[in-house]
Order: sequence, then C-alpha cells, then structure tokens
Amino acid sequence: MPNNSSYTIETKELVREFGRARAVDRVNLFVKPGEIYGFLGPNGAGKSTVVRMLTTLLLPTQGTANVAGYDVVKSPTEVRLRIGAALQEAALDNKQTGRELLDLQGRLYGLSGSITKNRIDELLELVDIGNAVDRLIETYSGGMKRRLDLAAALIHNPAILFLDEPTTGLDPISRTKVWEEIRRINQELGMTIFLTTQYLDEADQLAHRVGIINHGKIVAEDKPDVLKKSVGSDVILVTLKGSIEAAVQLCTKLPSVKNVESHGNQLTVSVSNGAQAIGPVAIALNDSGIPIDEITLRTPTLDDVFLHFTGLRLAEEAQAEEWKDL
Amino acid sequence: MIKSHTGNTPLARKAGFVIDVLTVARRAIRSIPRDPETVVPAILFPAFFFAVNIGMFQDLVDTPGFDFKAFQIPVAILFAVTGISRAMSLVLDIQGGYFDRLGMTPVTRLSLLLGLMVADLVLVVLLTIPVLILGAFVGVRFETGILGMVVFVIISGFWGLAFAGFPYAIALKTGNPAAVNLSFLIFMPFIFLAPVFIPREAMTSWLGTVVMYNPVTYLLDAMRSLIMVGWDLQALFQGALAVSLVAIFSMSLALWTLRNRVTRK
Repeated sequence: MPNNSSYTIETKELVREFGRARAVDRVNLFVKPGEIYGFLGPNGAGKSTVVRMLTTLLLPTQGTANVAGYDVVKSPTEVRLRIGAALQEAALDNKQTGRELLDLQGRLYGLSGSITKNRIDELLELVDIGNAVDRLIETYSGGMKRRLDLAAALIHNPAILFLDEPTTGLDPISRTKVWEEIRRINQELGMTIFLTTQYLDEADQLAHRVGIINHGKIVAEDKPDVLKKSVGSDVILVTLKGSIEAAVQLCTKLPSVKNVESHGNQLTVSVSNGAQAIGPVAIALNDSGIPIDEITLRTPTLDDVFLHFTGLRLAEEAQAEEWKDL
Repeated sequence: MIKSHTGNTPLARKAGFVIDVLTVARRAIRSIPRDPETVVPAILFPAFFFAVNIGMFQDLVDTPGFDFKAFQIPVAILFAVTGISRAMSLVLDIQGGYFDRLGMTPVTRLSLLLGLMVADLVLVVLLTIPVLILGAFVGVRFETGILGMVVFVIISGFWGLAFAGFPYAIALKTGNPAAVNLSFLIFMPFIFLAPVFIPREAMTSWLGTVVMYNPVTYLLDAMRSLIMVGWDLQALFQGALAVSLVAIFSMSLALWTLRNRVTRK
C-alpha cells in the first residue's frame, strides 16, 4: 500500500556505502508532485548513486526512500510501474530501430499492442525524431539518442521521471532541445522530474528547486533565485596580484559588503548593490596598495552558491574528483 | 498533444513471465541477422573443419563398413552450435546501460536470461541445417530416417543451450566482452578429449579413461548412433543424461551470476 505522504519523492537519512566509502551521506529529500527538482553537484558527488537508489537499481545502506508513495526497498515493482528514467549516457540497443526499442519498452511495461502504438505516435511528436524512428539506432546522432532515451523513459506515462545528467556530452543546440522537451513534459503532463546535473545553467534554467550535493551530502537546497540571493544581490569578482588575506580583511570591513570568499587569487565579494559597492571596493584595495588585475560585477550564479557552501568552484571540485579517480 | 497521466494508478502493469520471455526473445531473434559477425563464422567454420577433417583423415581411418563422413558430421555440428549465444550482446547491454534500463522495468529478472536462451535455441537449430545439407551433399544418410534427423537437431539444440550457460555466466559475472570471447576455450578440452577423429574403442591408456568421463563422448555417441546405427536407446539416454548434467552445471552458474547481477547490492 502506498503511504500518504504529500511528497512524490521522500528520503530520510539516506545512506549508501561502497565498502568503506560513503557515497551518499544522510540525504533528506522532499520533492512535491509536479516539481522539477534539480540535483546539482560535481562528478562523484553522489548524484547518480541517489538516482540509482530511487530507481530501484541499488539498495540503500541505511535510511528510507519512498517514491510515488512506495518504499524502494520493500515495493520495488510498484515503484518501477510509476517511474521512468533516462540514466547517464543514452541506454539504448544500437541494433534495434527507434520504433522497435519503444515497442519493446511498452511490452515490458505490460502495455497492449494498440496502446503501445498510440504512445509511440504521441511520443514521436514530443521528442522530434521524425522518420529516423525506423532507422537503426546506431545511425543516430548523440542528441537523437538522448531524445529517444527520453521517449523510452516516457512510454508507460510514468508519474515521475528521473533524468541523470540528460545533456552531458551534447552540443549546445541539442542541449537546448532537450531542455525544451523537459519543460514541455513538466508543463503539459504535470510530471514530477528529478534531474541531476553538473551544469549550473541547466539547474538554474529548469529546476523549480535545487539541491546542491557535495561529497554525498546536501549542502544547500532551495529555489535557484533564493539560493543566489543568499550570497547577495550582486557579486564583485576581483582578480588580485597581491596578498589575498589582506584583501579579504579589508573588504570584510566595508559597509556594503555582505560576504567575502577567497579562492586562489580571486576574491568573490557579495554585496546588496553592486553598482554602488564596486567603486568603494576598488578604491579601498588600491589605497591599501593591493594591485588589482581585473574587477567585474555580475549577478550571483549557482556556482557562487556552491563556492559559498563548499569553498570551491564547481568546475574545480569536479576536476579534483577526476584526479582522485586517477 | 501527449496525454496526461499523473495519478497513482499507473498505465503500466506487470506483463507476466511468458510475455516477458517472449518479448526479450523477440528482440534477441530480431538482432541475429543484424549481427552477421556472430552467425557467419558459425556457418563457415564447421563446414571448413568438416572438409579439412575428411580430406586429411579419411584415408587413414577408412575401413570397410566405417563411414568417416557420417562419423564427422556430429563433430561439425558441435563446432557449429557450441558457444553460440547472445552473451556478447548481453555484455554490450551491461556496458551500455541498457541492462539497467531493463532492470528499471517490472520485467521478471529470470526472463532477461531465458529470453536470450530462446533466441539461442532458434539460432542453434538454424545452424545445424547447413551442416546437415553439407552432409547430405557428400552422401551421409540417417539410419533413423527423418525422425532421427529431427531428434539429432533437438539434441544439438539442447547441447548448444547447455553450453551457452557458460558464456552467459561469464558475461553476467564480468560484463567483459574479451572474457566472453574466451568462453569458447572451455569447449576445447571437452572436444579434443573426446572421440573426435577415431572411434572411442581405439582410444586407450589415460586418454581412454578421460574420454569415459567426458560428457561430449556420450553426446557424440548418441548423435552418431542416429546416423550410423539406428535407434540405439541406450546411447540416446546416455547422451541426454550427459547434456543434462552439463546443462544443470552451466545453468546453475548462469542463474547464480544473474542473481548476483540483479541483486541491488
């Protein structure tokens, strides 16, 4: 029997360990029906592991996870009937045509031949594969494979869609197309979408709420705008030639400054009004004899949020994880 | 406009075990002609092996009343059907993530393997046909007639299936194409420590002992009896028993590795 939670996805203290390594560390998630939830983090942060647990491919080590009202450990089949998923890299069979693959998916979900046929026709409108649907998948471009993968995930009209890095490796045009399709699915069907990404703009553009995960832990979670505002209305980026510690101390004392983060030779100064604050910041640094290489003003990004909560830029953290893998 | 469905009663349902098996099998059968690199060597190699064996050894072992061509047909069939499986495509499914996609559907886990085996059975039966035609072309006739030929094909099919358990076990355990390719090596001691070129009675000493415990010996005896002797029920029973023992061992391995692969640990 499903539980009566008002959340479509609900995890409590979810943990997954691989040997002695803890990949997911006490993650609590509460995703509402019809929401696009963006799960943002670098490679190796634990995003895919969470998705694999929520899609019944992996058992949690500790904690609970309910999807569509069913426990992923106790009722995996009930969960499977209600979810669709497109995991990292389009998981397709190159020796089938697109139509054959969709038909097979439909049959495995117990759909009759006529329902499967209707669903394929509907989905082909949505994912824009055109006549290529009757060609072998091995002839498809990367973008077409992603869109077919998305269609395969939707064949049984699931209530919840999991998308694990749906645009990784795609060119900008294909990426934009996939974004449009995700928005349409959410808006037209009211489908709950759980989206993992390592791209800041993807989370920013698509997600109603974003959870930032690093080293298996959620470090921040809210609407993208709220998260960005939490680090200030504007951000002044200063690249320095001189002492970074002295610059931090100096900027922290300025009246309009909300927060100062240093990283390498770069200073990220969060302020409430950038236009008013950039002058005093530049003058104060110059008067103190700290040479400025470059100074720019911009609105905050989710990368600034990531920096604020982890002390690292997202791209650098991803690179650090890759080095660790080597 | 795509139709909405967000209620708690899903459009999807469990299709059932038989439909699951047939669906997986249909996909696997469909991919056979699209995968000629699997099928073409399995047709050419046994024919080549048969021709070479006949050319090289016939004069050496030819004695009155002994038909070496008939003696060699089951060997050619074994080369055609042994190791034929969709294990390589299973590995590619695992590596490419498609196996995970199947794992997220409500499909019965066992059908993911059995469906492939149904396709193997179809392919193995089809592969026996060119060898039998070749045999007929060089004058080999079945003492047991058409019915014996059917039994011969069935035995070949079950042997192919029994051996296929090994590559599937390797595929599921390792997810490695190179390891699956090497699975044919398991067959080498089976075939070369069996009465392949000379009758069993001519094999003595340690080789005679090894041959006695080799299931392929009894398989060859059963198949040869259908061509050269007639309805020898003892030989057929021993052949069926030998195939069954190999099948029980290989299928247990395959099912154990399948369980490990789909267990969510």
